[in-house]
Amino acid sequence: MDFSELFKLSGLLGRFSPDGKCLASCVQYRLIIRDVNTLQILQLYTCLDQIQYIEWSSDSLFILCAMYKRGIVQVWSLEQPDWHCKIDEGSAGLVASCWSPDGRHILNTTEFHLRITVWSLCTKSVSYIKYPKACQQGIAFTKDGRYMAVAERRDCKDFVSLFVCSNWQLLRHFDTETQDLFGIEWAPNGCILAVWDTCLEYKILLYSLDGRLLSTYQAYEWSLGIKSIAWSPSSQFLAIGSYDEKVRILNHVTWKKITEFEHPATVTNTKTIVYKEVEKSPSVETERFSFPPTRALASSVFSTQSKYDISQVPVSFQYIKPVADRANPKMGIGMLAFSPDNCFLATRNDNIPNAVWIWDIQKLKLFVVLEQLCAIQSFQWDPRQPRLAVCTGNSKVYLWSPAGCVSVQVPTEGDFQIVSLCWHPSGDSMALLKIEAVKMNEVGDIYLY
Amino acid sequence: MGDWKTVAVPVLSSDSKNIFQYTSEKKISPPNMNAQVLRLPLPSSKSMHSFFSAFCTEENIEQSISYLNRELTTLGFPSIYAESKGKELNLISIINCMNELLVLQHKNLRAQEEVEMQHLKLGSDMDHLQNCYAKLKEQLELSKREIVGLQERDRQLQSKNRNLHQLLKNEKDEVQKLQNIISSRATQYNHDMKRKEREYNKLKERLHQLVMNKKDKKIAMEVLNYVGRADGKRGAWRTDKTEARNEEQMYKVLLNDYEQRQKQLLLENAELKKVLQQMKKEIISLLPPQKQKPKERCEDGPVLSDLEEDIGEFNKENMWELSCETVREQLTNSIRKQWRMLKNHVEKLDNQVSRVHSGALNDKDVISREDHELETEKLELEIQQCKEMIKTQQQLLQQQLMSPCDDDTTLLLQDCYLLEERERLQEEWRLFQEQKKNFEKERRSFTEAAIRLGLERKAFEEDRGAWLKQQFLSMSTDYKHSENVTTPSAFIGTSDQDNRLVNSMSQQRKPHCKLSGPVSAESCQTSQYISQNSSNAALKKPAGDSMPNQWEESDKEETE
Repeated sequence: MDFSELFKLSGLLGRFSPDGKCLASCVQYRLIIRDVNTLQILQLYTCLDQIQYIEWSSDSLFILCAMYKRGIVQVWSLEQPDWHCKIDEGSAGLVASCWSPDGRHILNTTEFHLRITVWSLCTKSVSYIKYPKACQQGIAFTKDGRYMAVAERRDCKDFVSLFVCSNWQLLRHFDTETQDLFGIEWAPNGCILAVWDTCLEYKILLYSLDGRLLSTYQAYEWSLGIKSIAWSPSSQFLAIGSYDEKVRILNHVTWKKITEFEHPATVTNTKTIVYKEVEKSPSVETERFSFPPTRALASSVFSTQSKYDISQVPVSFQYIKPVADRANPKMGIGMLAFSPDNCFLATRNDNIPNAVWIWDIQKLKLFVVLEQLCAIQSFQWDPRQPRLAVCTGNSKVYLWSPAGCVSVQVPTEGDFQIVSLCWHPSGDSMALLKIEAVKMNEVGDIYLY
Repeated sequence: MGDWKTVAVPVLSSDSKNIFQYTSEKKISPPNMNAQVLRLPLPSSKSMHSFFSAFCTEENIEQSISYLNRELTTLGFPSIYAESKGKELNLISIINCMNELLVLQHKNLRAQEEVEMQHLKLGSDMDHLQNCYAKLKEQLELSKREIVGLQERDRQLQSKNRNLHQLLKNEKDEVQKLQNIISSRATQYNHDMKRKEREYNKLKERLHQLVMNKKDKKIAMEVLNYVGRADGKRGAWRTDKTEARNEEQMYKVLLNDYEQRQKQLLLENAELKKVLQQMKKEIISLLPPQKQKPKERCEDGPVLSDLEEDIGEFNKENMWELSCETVREQLTNSIRKQWRMLKNHVEKLDNQVSRVHSGALNDKDVISREDHELETEKLELEIQQCKEMIKTQQQLLQQQLMSPCDDDTTLLLQDCYLLEERERLQEEWRLFQEQKKNFEKERRSFTEAAIRLGLERKAFEEDRGAWLKQQFLSMSTDYKHSENVTTPSAFIGTSDQDNRLVNSMSQQRKPHCKLSGPVSAESCQTSQYISQNSSNAALKKPAGDSMPNQWEESDKEETE
């Protein structure tokens, strides 16, 4: 596994281009485009203000930089470095900005979610979408980029509008039976839209592309409800993680629950493998000490190696019960992700923040639990194969695959607290992001552990 | 019966001790008869002693005798007097009476003993029963007390149960109340939220208006030049047509998705149906053939026939493609039926196995098992015997091969073998000799036959010659002399030839028997030759010399 040098980064904005050729990172107000293989700087752009958000267009030809404070979005072209585009929202303000799937329109959400403005790069036309819903996931595009679903709220009622992305024509407009819509997500096959309610009410609705309500699912009443959802890549399953520390899987034929995955504090099933990260203290030879201590020595002394041990079942995990009188408690299933081959589901129970639970979808059983020393910050599946990368805020990246799991120390001076990571689209490398820095590493063959 | 004890009668005093000794005896010793008249089988007591003598004294003998007679007669005994009147005592009758009385006494004693025994028994029974009664009473008391205790406990538990039920109800009511509270609060919050949201929307609208009114020229997009569309096409107006097209597109997408899913489901369905069919066939094959058992046939007959019908149907109509309700139901029902049958079968087998293990077997099983065991024993014995034989043979073989050291034994062995061979050869020689003798006999008989044949033929030839001579002589007047001349030469030739033949035959016959064949053939040939020479007769000569008689007869016929 090769590691590249460290690059400066701000705001955790490191993105691979969709075609995998470039890596965009921004430092304060500068946007740096690097080549993925050589890490040479290809382009350098300067924006008007500190960049808060960058996004590649789907054809990797343009990149937008959003500056929310100033309400400006600047678009840069990779083909023609001289080309520039600036969208100023003025006093309307800017809260969010994103590309349309065709890569030629930019959707800006104004302050207070007053409206969504659709700016076109091809024509002079501007479209407005009124009353967008101020929620986490209010806009959703289908995978093939044909349709867009927007959550709206009028007169204290939730609506969903479906637009055709090619000409922004309104296709369907229907109301949803939700108290307070929290999010919408398309299924990967583009025909079903999942709409779920706020956490005060466990309710998820499934709508067809033509606006018909297909099914409603409500697991229980009164307790806190849905925290996160994930569609399986084949659209066969819908995984719903809720505040009661369970994941419920619905199947696409009947939209009924086929199984429940529990995340108890003690795992007793003998067929589950539990990998526990243990520290192996490095052996320091006292003769080698020299003054002043070399950098390498310093790093090796302070960084602790770790390896995985297989714990014998039954295993108990560190269970945290959150304070009851606070809103948005850290409990329940906060992270859900299906592997790209539809074989595994990785979850994290926020009550047990040190563990990643990997479920075998073919058998609908718990497969592996990775118990880390620190709390899990994020995990991402490799876009091509069932390989999971986990980071826990220390300077190691952990990789798991059905063959085994390994902990990789990032060679760096001092501490490198990885808080986020993202895979290259080809799955060959990934970028490890820490606050104020980014490092790329090539991921070679996984060592069997 | 009279009361012996109540009658105060004087008893004879003489030899009362002896009386007591004799009470147990059944025999009455005659010499004592004269001495004692009365014997009472009562325990010894001095009062009795006086009682014995109190009945009869010297003064009242007559009275006592008459009294006794009266008593005896009333009791049914014969009178002790010799005659009806008179004072002569009939000794025999007295003796008989006494004997009878003794016998009676014994009987009474026995009866008394028995009664006493019974009395004792009854007494002990009574005691025993009283004890039992007492114990049972105690037990009854105990159980009554227990029942009372248990009833008390039951009451307590029931009351506890009621309390718990009450608590549960209370809790449930509370929960319901809390839920109601929650729902009411939720509606209240929602209402408040909505109110606030409306206010917020109003503010937003106001703000939006203000913002828009300002005519902020800042809200604009500056772009160097417009970029082409991603797909290269030009933008189109939004018209109804486009709307319709959009709708169409959307429906196409949806339909595609549904079609794909349906295809997948059909495939899955077909696979599952195949699997079910296979399972059905396998289950049928696993089930035992039930046509042999007539009892079960009536139960399973209709089922089997149904199954067969089903199979037939399914094979005919190719059910993979049909997917209507009835077909599906039929298939699942038939599989369920078969599965139940298989389960029953397996359960039966399990029961059988368990029974066998526990030892309670059917008669059939016992016999077959015993037979089986016997057979196995027999086979084992056979195997052992064979093994032993093989061993011994091997040993012998080894000895033979491996022991040249012991010459005597080898010689002996060799001699043994030689003897065997010699004996065999001798037998064969004997047989051979016998056969040879038989052959000799046959040959002799053949030669004799041949000689006879030759002689006969000679005789026949002479006869023929004579006959022909006669013929020729008779016909010589008609025919020429040359013919006559020729015929004797012919005859001479034949007779010579015959002689020669006979000689040759007799010579040749000695070494070989078989020459008779060709010799006869030759003779036939020569006779044929003779017949050809002779112009008159074509004599048929039978070949083979086994038929000389026939030949003669035919000749005779011919001649006649």
